[in-house]
Amino acid sequence: MFQNVDREGWSEDIGCYMENGGYEELRKALTMERTAIVNEVKASGLRGRGGAGFPCGVKWGFIKLDEPKPVYLICNADESEPGTFKDRYILHQDPHQLLEGMIISSFALGVHLAYIYIRGEFPTGAKILETAIAEARAKNFLGKNILGSGFDLEIYVHRGAGAYICGEETGLIESLEGKRAYPRIKPPYFPAVLGLYQCPTIVNNVETLCNIKHIVRMGGAEYAKIGKPNNTGTRVLCVSGDVREPGYFELEVGAVTMGELIYDLCGGMKPGRKLKAVIPGGSSAKVLRAGEKYKIKTKQPDGSTGEKEIGIEDIVMDFDSLAAVGSMAGSGGVIVMDDSRDMLWTLNNINEFYAHESCGQCTPCREGSLWMKKITERMLLGGGVERDPAVLKNVADNIAGRTICAFGEACAWPTQSFVAKFKEEFDSRAGKPVPPPMPPEYLPEELIGKEEAHA
Amino acid sequence: MSAPQMLNVQINGEWKQFPKGTRVIEACAQAGSYIPRYCYHPKLTSPGNCRMCLIEMGMPKMGPDRKPELGPDGRPVINWIPRPQISCAQDVAEGMGIRTDSPMAQECRRGVMEFLLINHPLDCPICDQAGECKLQEFSVEYGNGGSRFLEHKVKKPKKVAVGPRVTLDAERCVLCSRCIRFMKEVPQDDVLGFVDRGSYSTIAAHPNRQLDSNYSLNTVDICPVGALTSTDFRFKMRVWFLKETKSFCTSCATGCNTVIGSRQEVVYRQTPRENNEVNSVWMCDYGRLNFHYLHSERRLSRPAVKGEAAAWPAAIAKAAAELRSVPANEVAIIASGSMTNEELWLTKKLASVLNITLHDIVPHIEKGDDLLLSADRNPNTAGAKLLGVSSSKLAEIAQGVESGRIRVLLVLGEDAAGISLAKLKSLVTVGLLPSAATEKASVFLPSAGFAEKRGSMINVKGRLQRLNQAIQPPGEARDDWEILRDLIQAVSGANGVYAIEEVFRQMAEATPALAGLSLSKIGDLGVQLKLE
Repeated sequence: MFQNVDREGWSEDIGCYMENGGYEELRKALTMERTAIVNEVKASGLRGRGGAGFPCGVKWGFIKLDEPKPVYLICNADESEPGTFKDRYILHQDPHQLLEGMIISSFALGVHLAYIYIRGEFPTGAKILETAIAEARAKNFLGKNILGSGFDLEIYVHRGAGAYICGEETGLIESLEGKRAYPRIKPPYFPAVLGLYQCPTIVNNVETLCNIKHIVRMGGAEYAKIGKPNNTGTRVLCVSGDVREPGYFELEVGAVTMGELIYDLCGGMKPGRKLKAVIPGGSSAKVLRAGEKYKIKTKQPDGSTGEKEIGIEDIVMDFDSLAAVGSMAGSGGVIVMDDSRDMLWTLNNINEFYAHESCGQCTPCREGSLWMKKITERMLLGGGVERDPAVLKNVADNIAGRTICAFGEACAWPTQSFVAKFKEEFDSRAGKPVPPPMPPEYLPEELIGKEEAHA
Repeated sequence: MSAPQMLNVQINGEWKQFPKGTRVIEACAQAGSYIPRYCYHPKLTSPGNCRMCLIEMGMPKMGPDRKPELGPDGRPVINWIPRPQISCAQDVAEGMGIRTDSPMAQECRRGVMEFLLINHPLDCPICDQAGECKLQEFSVEYGNGGSRFLEHKVKKPKKVAVGPRVTLDAERCVLCSRCIRFMKEVPQDDVLGFVDRGSYSTIAAHPNRQLDSNYSLNTVDICPVGALTSTDFRFKMRVWFLKETKSFCTSCATGCNTVIGSRQEVVYRQTPRENNEVNSVWMCDYGRLNFHYLHSERRLSRPAVKGEAAAWPAAIAKAAAELRSVPANEVAIIASGSMTNEELWLTKKLASVLNITLHDIVPHIEKGDDLLLSADRNPNTAGAKLLGVSSSKLAEIAQGVESGRIRVLLVLGEDAAGISLAKLKSLVTVGLLPSAATEKASVFLPSAGFAEKRGSMINVKGRLQRLNQAIQPPGEARDDWEILRDLIQAVSGANGVYAIEEVFRQMAEATPALAGLSLSKIGDLGVQLKLE
């Protein structure tokens, strides 16, 4: 995926891309049967790289070969999960890799109109994509009768307006239709059945779509040999935070452990600092605490399952292992924190983000996200009362699993995990037996001023 | 039509059957387990956003043969879904299991209830919705005694004139989007929407627009809380003091079913009442607010002879004398399409005992719409036609009155319809409010408005509906049918009619379309007639 990112002598124009073998997989794909491509993707075991890790081939399998309605493909380039910065590199430096992946995918799915929904904060990326699309059109990789195959496809870039919720696929679809990005209820609005304009729609992440090109090149079975079973391919991990050399790392899924990632690839912690916690898959993933022990099931050579205890450094960076320790691989954004970090401050920072980004459609997330933020903020300012940690946990529990979209979990998981795993830090800031008097929202003079202005 | 397919559904442990296509939330209500809800409304689409109706749901556990595994009771074993599900957006399915009161479902409701109240102003003492507020109702069952919320509440706009007839208090709003969906889906005027995000989300009208549809007040009805209130009704009366009288709207020929809310002989509001044959659950603002004239300061409530107050017996006697003072062919009757069938029947009877052949109603045709408002603003044109009071003689009557050929005119519930009354010898007027026909009246007889009397009317689709009396007529004003009965008695002697039921009975006996009916048989939802 990242072979061309930051490569010396590489540029994002189509000439450079084609000199390096670009669009060869498209030529190959156009000679294949549509179902053959879908079967290769299924065989590859590719899992979605957006955050949920849903098997891509299964998703594609929902689209009927003889679907009478138009089928749409949407590339989700609304990369907004805090701690994640992989898609932007592809968009900025290797746009044709994405386009080629999308054209192949569109061909396989019978799509004639595809969209790239790019977040509003990526204006440069949008421009680069527009240029790349124009270049691809000029070479007849897009447009009518692509390379004489009889296959037509247009790709449009749609810029978002700066809302995290547009990364949720049904919210994205609503936004693309020109409405507020309110996620839809599922059932009945599964995108593969009732998606964009109520037509079958596949929404895939940038990285996922880039993988398609490589699956066509290698064949699904060969691709599946990369990584581990059920965790195939490569993964771009974005490491940020308190390591000496943060950055992106494209690795075979499961090739490294957390410890190897932090200490070998990222050069370890900053001088004199110790690892305190890691958020392994974007800010909504549950935090992992240094020194924690996890019991995970292992497969013995004889086929029986055993159990072993591992520490945070031993966690293998793949979908299943991170799920087994109660967190998730998510979007690949690994946020490392050292012992100088205040966990209450960190949680408040995350809560602030989610309270600001909650779309407000459904009750638990709308009201709960802001409430959690207000509690952590008050605690941070010294007004924590004894019951605050318990209330925080309970509020988060009342959000997770009860909302229309996964934002509910995204905003609840940090609070649930921070409060549980750094209990002493939260308890020590929640010392007051009774609530302190609330600071006035308005000074009396301001209130009088408001009244007068009103009259 | 074939019977709908019935599906077996387990609700709180009991297996019941429901027709295919039944919403889970409706099925549970039918089974006696009402599920609280804010955003769900049976006449609108389901957005599933309030999360109040979360329940525990499961589907039959499938065996290796892809057939449901059966338990010891021979019923499918249910695989319960670990996450709660909303019940407002899904239909029941064969073998579905539902738990509405399980710990999970109860905890969900408590959680949502608390979330809805943390930023709510809790100003029930001064809120018009108090007493019919779903936040209050569900708080009783699922609310907490105290609040865990120590923070400042979110401030939002209050007292917003979101339209000419609707006032918004955004702090009370639970953002259920019923009003938005109603405007989009029913009057198809997509004027409302959300602005801002998260907990700061607020309902607003589109920039440079107002909620000024003729159906805007329905948003107040369906608002489950006190966010949208009727500017007309606001702060007028606590709803629990209102006496509710089932009736229908008489402002046009549609006859939307209503509930009249009154207290101590004053009507405070009219709200629509469900009748899927007539108005679904909606009504237009024009009809809804068209009752204030009942309490107008100009309302006439004393009989008068030549402008001087008179006692009823004297006024009736004088009116009868005037009607007989000239030959019958010099007398005409202008009746009204807003009279009840009973009144029209007695009008026809009066005409026949006096041999008056010139009688008609005054048409009121204005602009209608495709939804509920009929172009025919007379609520009982069909009744006047059925009972033979309307004819095509209005022009002839007008011409006769203006030329002086007609010398005595009886006007019932209308003004003079633009006719010059100068040449009349005498004019007898029955009505409510001053008009050209009351000013010049030799005898004026004050009558009752639609909320002050009983009777029946036939709407534009031939549906016979019943008015019920909500309040007493003011002062000495009397029910119209009694006035007409007394006039008939005064000109032809006693006829033994003492109750409106008797009028209906006589009318039904003489009118084939009404055969076998009585006022009580009409019921609250009316009866469809077969009219030619």
